[in-house]
Amino acid sequence: MVNFNRFKLDNGLMVLVHEDPTTPMAVINILYNVGARDENPSKTGFAHLFEHLMFGGSVNIPSYDEPLQRVGGENNAFTSNDITNYYITLPAENLETAFWLESDRMLNLAFSEKSLDVQRNVVSEEFKQRYLNQPYGDVMLKLRPLAYKTHPYMWSTIGKELSHIEEATIDDVKDFFKKHYSPSNAIMVVGGSVSTKDVKILAEKWFGNIHSGEKYIRNLPVEPVQLEERREVFYADVPLDAIYIAFHVPDKTDQGYYEVDLITDMLSRGNSSRLYNNLVKERKLFTDINASLTSSADPGLLIIDGKPAAGISVQEAESAIWDVLNSFSSEQVAEAELNKVKNKIESTMVFAEMSLLDKAMNLAFFEVLGDANDFNKETERYLRISANDIIQRAKATFTKENSSTLLYLANK
Amino acid sequence: MINRTIAPAYKEINQINLIQATPRLLDNNIKLFVVNAGEQELVRIEFIFNNVNWDVNHPLQAFITNSLLIEGSRTMSSYQISERIDSYGAFIQAEYGFDHSTFTLYTLSKHLDDVLPLVKEILTEATFPQEELDTFVRNQKQKLLISLEKNDVVTKRIFNNSLFGDSIYGYIVNAEDYDKVDRNQLVEYYKAAYQPNNCIIIASGKVDEVITEKINSFFGNGWENTVQSTKNVFSIPQKKGSLYYTEKPEALQSAIRIGQISIPRNHADFPALQFLNTVLGGYFGSRLMANIREEKGYTYGIGSGLVSLQNVGYFLIASEVGAEVCTLTLEEIEKEVNLLRTEPIPEEEIELVKNYMLGSFMGSLENAFSHADKFKSIYLAGLDYAYYTRYVQTIKHINAQQLLELANKYLDYNSFNIVITGKK
Repeated sequence: MVNFNRFKLDNGLMVLVHEDPTTPMAVINILYNVGARDENPSKTGFAHLFEHLMFGGSVNIPSYDEPLQRVGGENNAFTSNDITNYYITLPAENLETAFWLESDRMLNLAFSEKSLDVQRNVVSEEFKQRYLNQPYGDVMLKLRPLAYKTHPYMWSTIGKELSHIEEATIDDVKDFFKKHYSPSNAIMVVGGSVSTKDVKILAEKWFGNIHSGEKYIRNLPVEPVQLEERREVFYADVPLDAIYIAFHVPDKTDQGYYEVDLITDMLSRGNSSRLYNNLVKERKLFTDINASLTSSADPGLLIIDGKPAAGISVQEAESAIWDVLNSFSSEQVAEAELNKVKNKIESTMVFAEMSLLDKAMNLAFFEVLGDANDFNKETERYLRISANDIIQRAKATFTKENSSTLLYLANK
Repeated sequence: MINRTIAPAYKEINQINLIQATPRLLDNNIKLFVVNAGEQELVRIEFIFNNVNWDVNHPLQAFITNSLLIEGSRTMSSYQISERIDSYGAFIQAEYGFDHSTFTLYTLSKHLDDVLPLVKEILTEATFPQEELDTFVRNQKQKLLISLEKNDVVTKRIFNNSLFGDSIYGYIVNAEDYDKVDRNQLVEYYKAAYQPNNCIIIASGKVDEVITEKINSFFGNGWENTVQSTKNVFSIPQKKGSLYYTEKPEALQSAIRIGQISIPRNHADFPALQFLNTVLGGYFGSRLMANIREEKGYTYGIGSGLVSLQNVGYFLIASEVGAEVCTLTLEEIEKEVNLLRTEPIPEEEIELVKNYMLGSFMGSLENAFSHADKFKSIYLAGLDYAYYTRYVQTIKHINAQQLLELANKYLDYNSFNIVITGKK
């Protein structure tokens, strides 16, 4: 159970406080309600590039990092398809420095051309390092547009292509800031050795007089239900063939999400999971196989990825994956198997409470999804799932019509 | 109106509180160390074994033995081990490092009685089934093929070998090494390494007297020493100042790793050298990051590090940079290293790094597990808690003159081995 207090400033900034006196540290996590899904399709990768520019100095403070390091603090940020999230960890005694820094960059950025130039290069190198210069590194750049035809989840946070980042202008940066970076589009979580009373005073002092900005109303195209199986074959200079299959699944606020999360665990968490035990251990058709979820605010994907063993054809390997997926409809789900994944989730939740930063991030993310307190209800949502729920959900999910298959094959 | 151009007042960190590990001897003389802290009803128990009997003809013996611990025991198959551990919501993890092989259990305290017998069986009665070995080798060989397509991995292999030769720290593993492993080697190694006199246990979390007693009853009894093993000790060949270049004509980026043999944690200069390393490449605001990423945009990230091993330490700088700016990057690295040897570090920068390092140290003490990690670092280096007192004092009081001397003593660009994979 993660306790918190909540208040809202007049300018619309939502503030959550999680008091944890067991640590001498404090965290400030600021979530801006903008992600890659809010980008213009011809200017993708921008939300993430913008995140880099948030460290290039603000209107009254030329350097963001230096004053923070000077008081013993550390910070970082990430951009997802849904949100952009900034976080600071520092000694609680120096909390005000974090308020000073974060409020100034919410007030206004310096918009330096030099910073834009450099960060375009840095992000281009990030694109190469993580997506282009790695075996299979670009797979999501190919799988997303196969699975999504309408919704902006069709591109990754890094963007569709390098040229979008290279073409970003300072006017794009200013427009984006105005549209998305304001108190009414942000959620701040302060946690650690802090009191709600002090946080209120600091929040009023540093954030209170920032103009509220216009609340961004998200109006994204809805991905239509997929009606036909999709397939693509791609050849690259990789050492082994690989198979990727993506299925549409519910968004994170839907109970169905929790069902597919348990299904994902049954499929590939641990040596006794279905895909691993069946295909790697028993039938020896794969050397590696995983199932994962994109866990997104809009309907996401369950992705299976596997590498067939030497001498096993891609056709045989792919059909073996389907054998395992179909086992949910042909066999009963034993209570023992269901309890196994539930217990694992339950203990994961308890272990997660040991990290202050994780707690703060989760509160912010659940708040943007609707209500921070839903974070505390997650365990219960998993525990109420029945074997029949699993079977019904698996049947609805694992159909050819709902699948997008990418065969990522080695050039011979 | 507030004046936003003026930074709020701040306080320097004076007090850092470490929760010290309490030692206790189990009935069979295993050393148990307990870090009892935290609110959650959970524990982590680490079993740490020294790597022993290094033999270059069997380079994978220790690694595969560690990996296959969970793949079968006297009464349980691999599947059963996994299923039973999972059904209690527990986690087990076998981890292999250069100096130690570790087996770790994470569990809610309420399941300890069910989980500890399973762990005991794994640590004392693992069976290493041939079929599991075959599967593991097949999977690993495929993984290796993929790893060898990653420039940073290739670079790291060559770099370690350039410093450490064919010792356990530097040996370059190839596919054929996997074929040479047979089950008997694993059984033999298991007998030699996984025994009480080669083991320490660190328990952290809410570990009260009752739990400590449980650990003793399972691991202090019915587990006796069998054979004598030989500790790994290496003499490190010094091949200084060499260049190793692997050309990849299609590379978009080049992976760079450069550095030299240095000092381990138990050397008196280690904390001060860590300070110097932080200035150069040990944090986001470091000189290498400021110059090569934030000023020139050559890379997504560059960093330096000081690594402490049992027998030796080493210093390294690593990055992946645009292939067309690889040579320029090396020039800048050389400039930055030489600058540390010729120009005193400005007071303001020393002050900043000091505060950053103290804050970072305090922040790294998040929970019982992190306090246990702090203990592990010193204990395995043959040190005690006085090390952290000295560490904090060193950081607080270090001056520019000392740092200049350290740079001249420990950082010599001409002695660095330089490894590049990609283009230059």
